[in-house]
Amino acid sequence: MTAQLLTFYLFSGVILISSLMVISTKNPVHSVLFLILSFLNAAGLFVILHAEFLAMILIIVYVGAVAVLFLFVVMMLDFKTSINKDNILQYIPIGILIGVVFITELIIVLINTKFDLSNIQVLPNPLSDFTGKSNTEAIGSVLYTDYILYFQLSGVILLVAMIGSIVLTLREREGVKRQVVSEQLQRQGKIDLVDVKPGKGVDI
Amino acid sequence: MINLVQTYFIEVMTIILYCLLIFVPLLLGVVMALYADRKIWAAVQKRRGPNVVGPYGLFQVPADGLKFIFKEIILPDGSDKTVFLIAPIITLALSIAAWAVVPVQAGVVLANINVGILYIFAISSLGVYGILMAGWSSNSKYPFFGALRSAAQMVSYEVSIGFVIITVLLCVGSLNLTEIVMAQKTMWFFIPLFPMFIVFFISALAETNRPPFDLPEAESELVAGYQTEYSGMPFVLFMFGEYINILLMCAMTTILFLGGWLPPIDIYPLNAVPGFVWFLLKVTFVFYLFAMVKAFVPRYRYDQLMRLGWKVFLPLSLFAVVATSSILFFFNLAPGM
Repeated sequence: MTAQLLTFYLFSGVILISSLMVISTKNPVHSVLFLILSFLNAAGLFVILHAEFLAMILIIVYVGAVAVLFLFVVMMLDFKTSINKDNILQYIPIGILIGVVFITELIIVLINTKFDLSNIQVLPNPLSDFTGKSNTEAIGSVLYTDYILYFQLSGVILLVAMIGSIVLTLREREGVKRQVVSEQLQRQGKIDLVDVKPGKGVDI
Repeated sequence: MINLVQTYFIEVMTIILYCLLIFVPLLLGVVMALYADRKIWAAVQKRRGPNVVGPYGLFQVPADGLKFIFKEIILPDGSDKTVFLIAPIITLALSIAAWAVVPVQAGVVLANINVGILYIFAISSLGVYGILMAGWSSNSKYPFFGALRSAAQMVSYEVSIGFVIITVLLCVGSLNLTEIVMAQKTMWFFIPLFPMFIVFFISALAETNRPPFDLPEAESELVAGYQTEYSGMPFVLFMFGEYINILLMCAMTTILFLGGWLPPIDIYPLNAVPGFVWFLLKVTFVFYLFAMVKAFVPRYRYDQLMRLGWKVFLPLSLFAVVATSSILFFFNLAPGM
């Protein structure tokens, strides 16, 4: 138990510190790297919760794919000119406004919620029994049966976003030579390999 | 606190011992792989390869390592020094970390976790950060181009590797690496899934930046790619990380398609041989294929590389996922059904 607690404090401590560093470092690339560090430690927290499938998916999807593209874009920014200390002050009012709204919402939620266990309602559709099933099996058995609609919907939304961004950035450039592999392969029969005898040459 | 130490001291010590048991053979394996790589390459080109240091040139790689240790570590002036030094460490650490779940024999594995294959996939998808960080922090154009190329290449081929892994998982019904091997007791998966075996092998070449896909360090265009500015120990860390990754990919091919530690036929003289010997033999064989490809295939052009990844392998592996699951479903072969 103690070891679990220690690892929990380690992971959450690193998450807190690295999240702070994300917003406080001057260099955007360092910010992204600290963001990745906090993602990794969040995956560690999932492992402590025995949700190893979620932990691995978090690493594969967020760290392995999304954050790579993030880093890709940020790396190409010319951040040496874009950082200006005077600019930071002008965002403070908006920041304070968002903070105040968020804290008010939290307070409202906390006041209205009664921490009373007898008040908790039983779900209309309780989840099926997961005993003896591994993490992956349990998620799969619910995700592809009871929640198939939401799963498909999120898939469609992602597809629309992908097609949209491709359509927006697609442009036809003129004068670009492209390799057409099928054309190259079709040339195969039209080429003759001739064994040229010395001193004789070939007929054309 | 004393209680805590008493409870966990022995446990931690055993884990450290196991880690050493993985790490030391792995280092030895990397040294042998480097030597074999150069020897095979030389043999294909009718050269002798390393043959001066030690018997048959066996000590060439340790000698090279020694040379690198005594070289000066040059930190480029405009570089981001922290990131510059962290990048090789990340590459090496990640490549070693993935070996924690690789089973060498039935039950001989450091961490026999439920999501073993996903763990390896996750760790190898992190490997791109070492390269990206190295390329960006060097503050020089060739490493930067190399890093961009490498990141795009690794992300592209990861997609098809993921789908190939899914086709194997469909036939196994578990994410555990030991169970994946045990499912091949009747037939190794490279027979029914032969096209996927080929796709996986080629994607593994691209994923580890091996020739013919070594565009990130294409010396004719980019000097040495992302490691241009590295020297001394950091360079060695990169090289070791790269070769440990290559060995990992060989081990993955062995586990997914060539039946891991299982003997070819389950009869007396063959199944009396300990499993790890078979495992080592198969990994060596796959590495031999890697080395041969390096020796006789010319380097791809970058647009051809992208075309192969996105327009050939991705549709092929997607189709294979659908086809495999349909066949397993209609003939009632799917495990756990």
